[in-house]
Amino acid sequence: MTALSMAAQSGGNTSARTVPWRRMAWVTGRQHRSTLTGVVAVLGVASVYLYFTGEQLRHQGFVSYGAGPGLSLTAALFQVIAPLLGAFVGAPVLARELETGTFRFTWTQGFGRARWAVAMLAPLAVGVAVLAGAFGFLFSWCYGPQIDGQYVLSPLAGTTFDLRGITLAAWSLVAFAIGVVAGILIRRVVPAMFATLVAWGGLAVATGALLRRHYESPIVTNKLTLPPGAWVKSQQWTRDGKPVSLSTVDQVLRQIGATQNAPGHLSQIPGSGSGIKGNTSPAQYLLHHGFTQLVTYQPASRFWPFQWIEGGWLLALSLLLMGTAVWLVHRRAA
Amino acid sequence: MNVIEATGLGKRYGSTWALRECSLAIPDGHVAALVGPNGAGKTTLLNLAVGLTTPSAGTVTVLGGAPAGSPAARDGIAFVAQDAPLHKNLSVADMLHLTRNLNLRFDQGYATARLGELGIPPDRKAGKLSGGQQAQLALTLALSRRPRLLVLDEPMASLDPLARHDFMATVMAAMADDGVSVLLSSHALAELERVADYLVILSRGSVQVSGEVDDLLACHRVVSGPDAEADPYVEHLDVVHALHSKAQTHLLIRTDRRIEPVPPRWKARPVSLEELALAYLRESDASSLPGPMRFQHAEPTEMAR
Repeated sequence: MTALSMAAQSGGNTSARTVPWRRMAWVTGRQHRSTLTGVVAVLGVASVYLYFTGEQLRHQGFVSYGAGPGLSLTAALFQVIAPLLGAFVGAPVLARELETGTFRFTWTQGFGRARWAVAMLAPLAVGVAVLAGAFGFLFSWCYGPQIDGQYVLSPLAGTTFDLRGITLAAWSLVAFAIGVVAGILIRRVVPAMFATLVAWGGLAVATGALLRRHYESPIVTNKLTLPPGAWVKSQQWTRDGKPVSLSTVDQVLRQIGATQNAPGHLSQIPGSGSGIKGNTSPAQYLLHHGFTQLVTYQPASRFWPFQWIEGGWLLALSLLLMGTAVWLVHRRAA
Repeated sequence: MNVIEATGLGKRYGSTWALRECSLAIPDGHVAALVGPNGAGKTTLLNLAVGLTTPSAGTVTVLGGAPAGSPAARDGIAFVAQDAPLHKNLSVADMLHLTRNLNLRFDQGYATARLGELGIPPDRKAGKLSGGQQAQLALTLALSRRPRLLVLDEPMASLDPLARHDFMATVMAAMADDGVSVLLSSHALAELERVADYLVILSRGSVQVSGEVDDLLACHRVVSGPDAEADPYVEHLDVVHALHSKAQTHLLIRTDRRIEPVPPRWKARPVSLEELALAYLRESDASSLPGPMRFQHAEPTEMAR
């Protein structure tokens, strides 16, 4: 008997072999069949709505904002897509295994637990990103011309920025990754889903309110008219290089029967009747009296750079979170 | 070859040790029973052996030296956890397919035949099966992987007597046909008496007794006699557990003599596995029981023989 046949007989050669990756495709597909069907169904219905709305808007020539299908309402509604993908697809992946105890079965099979986690997460993450990305481009197709052509709101404003281009895919991916990590840390499906919604919401609000405006240095101008679609961050009247308070500006304006009720909002005093004296606009009047208005804004032309910056760091964060989840599966004691 | 070998093994959860200074070696070819009160560390020891948990101290190897949880160890060990967790929303056929996809070996013919004998329909959802059928399905999935070691955590806990019998019959058939070694934890001492030929008793996170059942039974006796004469006699004995009833004393003793000579009016008789296990479980204070069957720190060569 040769050494080779002895080794084969003893079964000692199995130690170097591992179960091929492709075998997990069926497992992942089978276990998430119903979830993915649900996601495709919901996004499908929304897509049909977007398609017909887009056709209708093209037919009308995008003339009437506000009439017909409301952009703001639709956009607000679609904001839930990413967090719901995170809660319903991401959170259960590991939490269900842990909650039902089936991880004791799955993680002790020949495939190996860390590889199992990678083979489970990678296709789902790609699936989520592709579906959300496709939907994001459909949304861009539907409302993009209305937003970019009429500038009813800045393309950079939070209402639609994270639904267009690549950011919906990125925000959905990060929601999925948050869900996965919440799942293994909390180990129960429903609490993990809630945690995902809260964590994602916090990240999205913080990004919109604090982070996005700093992707590039804002432009500061003293011009009274801004390029269309500018995303204004602050307005401030100054005199001799120093900021002037609201009440000072208001006092000056009252001499011509106008008022400033909020930064940038100059108007006739309500009920004064006689109109603004001197037949001049309140802003022009202020300029003639040595005031300068400084406006800080991000121009609409930065839409795509901002898309890539936001998409980029969200992708990096998602990969970091999913890597953490795989490490936790590998390390975590049962 | 030892199917499992632990040296100074410990597992800590927070500040409490579920398992501490645990050393044992179980040779292959046995049905080894792991016995101990709740919280003694049985499940922890099994989780360590199958690689679900990592040790806080010491080492554990399986199948003749493979680190627990390594690819070779996973490949050669099939584990059925307590309550036989299965994907309840998958059909029986899907569970077979899933297990086949997750392992290098899967004996589809055996699995199908076995489920046919048991009358488990392949299109039924796993969650819709009875408790006994779920346990049998989990066991069938495990045995279809053609493991060298089958690890069962409380396999009989939730089964009725008939299902217990059928379950252990399947295990014993696999043992006879393929020579698979078995390590199982259980509270069902009476059932173990029929199947186990190796016994490990865990107490408060460490090994109290470890050895082949025949050896253990051979070196333990129950001696009974009048209370009044117990004290002087006991001094010469290695008593595990003493029981008094109606002016009689029953002593479970360790002895290396084949026939225990007893004083007049005293009787000696062999001990059953259940009696032996109960005696040790009652006397869990290991420090009061220095004796031949206390596991001594491993001489690996001795163990391997």
